[in-house]
Amino acid sequence: MGKIVLEKVSKSFGAASIIPSIDLTIEDGEFVVFVGPSGCGKSTLLRLIAGLEDTSGGRISIDGRDVTDEAPAKRKLAMVFQSYALYPHMTVAKNIAFPLKMAGEDKAVIDRKVADAARILNLTNYLERRPGQLSGGQRQRVAIGRAIVRQPSAFLFDEPLSNLDAALRGTMRLEISELHHQLKTTMIYVTHDQVEAMTMADKIVVLNAGNIEQVGSPLDLYRKPKNLFVAGFIGSPKMNFIEGAAAAKHGAHTIGIRPEHVAVSNTAGEWKATVGVAEHLGADTFLHVQADGIGPLTVRAGGEVPVQHGDVVWLTPDAAKLHRFDAGGIATAG
Amino acid sequence: MARAVTTQRKAITTVFAWAVAFLIFFPILYAIITSFKTEAEAIAGFSLIPSGTLESYKAVEAQNSYFKFFVNSVIISVGSTILALLVAVPAAWSMAFSPTRRTKDILMWMLSTKMMPAVAVLVPMYLIFRDWNLLDTRLGLTVMLMLINLPIVVWMLYTYFREIPGEILEAARMDGASLFNEIVYVLTPIAVPGIASTMLLNIILAWNEAFWTIRLTTTNAAPLTAFIASFSSPQGLFWAKLSAASTLAIAPILIMGWFSQRQLVRGLTFGAVK
Repeated sequence: MGKIVLEKVSKSFGAASIIPSIDLTIEDGEFVVFVGPSGCGKSTLLRLIAGLEDTSGGRISIDGRDVTDEAPAKRKLAMVFQSYALYPHMTVAKNIAFPLKMAGEDKAVIDRKVADAARILNLTNYLERRPGQLSGGQRQRVAIGRAIVRQPSAFLFDEPLSNLDAALRGTMRLEISELHHQLKTTMIYVTHDQVEAMTMADKIVVLNAGNIEQVGSPLDLYRKPKNLFVAGFIGSPKMNFIEGAAAAKHGAHTIGIRPEHVAVSNTAGEWKATVGVAEHLGADTFLHVQADGIGPLTVRAGGEVPVQHGDVVWLTPDAAKLHRFDAGGIATAG
Repeated sequence: MARAVTTQRKAITTVFAWAVAFLIFFPILYAIITSFKTEAEAIAGFSLIPSGTLESYKAVEAQNSYFKFFVNSVIISVGSTILALLVAVPAAWSMAFSPTRRTKDILMWMLSTKMMPAVAVLVPMYLIFRDWNLLDTRLGLTVMLMLINLPIVVWMLYTYFREIPGEILEAARMDGASLFNEIVYVLTPIAVPGIASTMLLNIILAWNEAFWTIRLTTTNAAPLTAFIASFSSPQGLFWAKLSAASTLAIAPILIMGWFSQRQLVRGLTFGAVK
C-alpha cells in the first residue's frame, strides 16, 4: 500500500514562501514524476513528503495515516538521493543491509534480503566493494538496493540520474521503470528533465514557483497543456509560440505549434521562412528558421531533409494540432 | 630559462624552509645535547658536543620517579581527550548539521575564551578546586584540561563535520537510524580521520599544558610538566638535569608526533584544501 495525500501543504523559509499551498493525491502503485524548472519547489515537496523538512501548514497522509509530524524513519518511505548518499565506510552489502540493521532484523533475514536485492540489481559480484570502487551507475544501483530492501510504502527519487552521463541515464531510466513494473510500489520521482518525466511517469505533476500547473498522464500534458507554461515545458524541442496577426487568424492571442507538427516544403506553404541552422540527426532534421512576419521557429522534420543555411522553405502548421491560448496564457478550446 | 629560474627559486625556498625548521627545533635539540653533558659542561658555555655522560639521567631518576609522572601525564592527557570528544562530537554535530542563527556566535564565543589569559581565572579556579577537594587529583586536572581544550576540539570537529555531505545523514534518517545510531554508525566512522587528528592534537596540547598542571598539583597527580619544574628550584638551576628531565618529558609525545605527523597534517589542513 502506498497512497499519499497532500492537503493544503505549504512551506516557507522565513518570509519566503516556497510552496504556497498544494493539494495532491498519489494513488497506490503509481509512478508520479514531479517536473519543473530549477527552484520550482519540486525537491522541497519531495522532502516534505519524506519528512526531511517540516511543513509550514497542511496535512500529509500515507495510507490514511496522518504523518505530517512524524519522523522520516516512521513514514515507511525510502529515498534515493541525487548524490547517491551511500555510506562511504561500508561495503555494498553493508550499505544495503543498513536499513534492515536499523530495523533490528535477524542476520539470516538481512543476508537473504541483501542477496535478493543484489540479484535484482546485478550487484552480486560487487557486494564486498566500497562505494568508492564503483562506477556512477553501480553506486546508483546500490542506493536503489538500499531502498528496495526496506519494502517501503513508496520510493522517493530526488533527481537520481542527474550525475550520470547521457548513455547511462538512458539505461538507468529503463531499469527504474522495469523495477516499478516488478515491485508495483508507489514511486515519486523528481526531475527537471522532461524526457525522463515523459518516458517514466504514469502521472506527471508540473510545478512552477511552488504551484501545481497541471497534473496528468504524459500524453495528456503533451496533447492538452492547460497553459503556456506547461505547453512550453513539456515536449522537446519545445513548442513554438506565435502571437500577432498569425495567431489572430486562428482566433487566439497566442498560438502554439510543436516542431513536429509543422510540414516543410520547398515549393509552397502557409509561412515563408529562411533556414538559420539545420541540425541533421539522421532520423530527424531540426530546422531553426526565421519565418517572415512571425519570427524564429523550430521545425522537426522526419528523416533527412536536404536543406542548408540560407535556404528558403515553406511551412504549414497542422491545424488539428494547433494550441490556442488567451491573453492570460490559458488554453482555450479550438 | 624559465625552468632555471624555477629550479633556483625552489632551491632557495627549500634551504629557507630547512633553516626555519632547524631554528624552531634548535632549543629542543640543544636541550637533548645538554642532557648528555655534566653540570660543569652545561654551564661552561655554548657547545654542541657533549661528553655523552648519562649522570644527569641517573640523578633525575634517583631524585624523582619518572614513571609516576609519566603515568599521570598519560591518564590526564588521554582522559581529558576522551572526555572532550564525548562532549564535542554531539556539540559539533548539532552546530554543523542543525545550525541556528546563533551558531557562529557560539563558536566565536567558545574561541574567545582561549584568548583570555589563564592567570585571570587562577584564583577562582584554585578556590573551586580547593573547596571541591580536587586539588592534586587526576580527576580535577582531567576535567580542567578537557574544559581548556574543548573550544579547539569543537572547532576542529565542526570543520570536519561540515565537509560531510548532509544527504548521507538524511539517508541514514530515511533508513530508520535514530539520532544516536546516526552519530555512532554513520557520522563518526566517516569522520574518523578528523576525529583521530583532533585526538592527537588534544593529547599533545594536554601533555604540554604547564600553567594549570603545575599550579593545581603537588605530588599525587603531578604530570611530567611538574616533573620538569621540580628541577628548577629551590637549590638553583641545574641545566644538565633540567635538560635530562625535559628530554624525558617530551620524548613520548615527540615519538608519537613523529609517527602520526602525516595524520596530524592531514587533519589540520582538512578543511583548508578541497
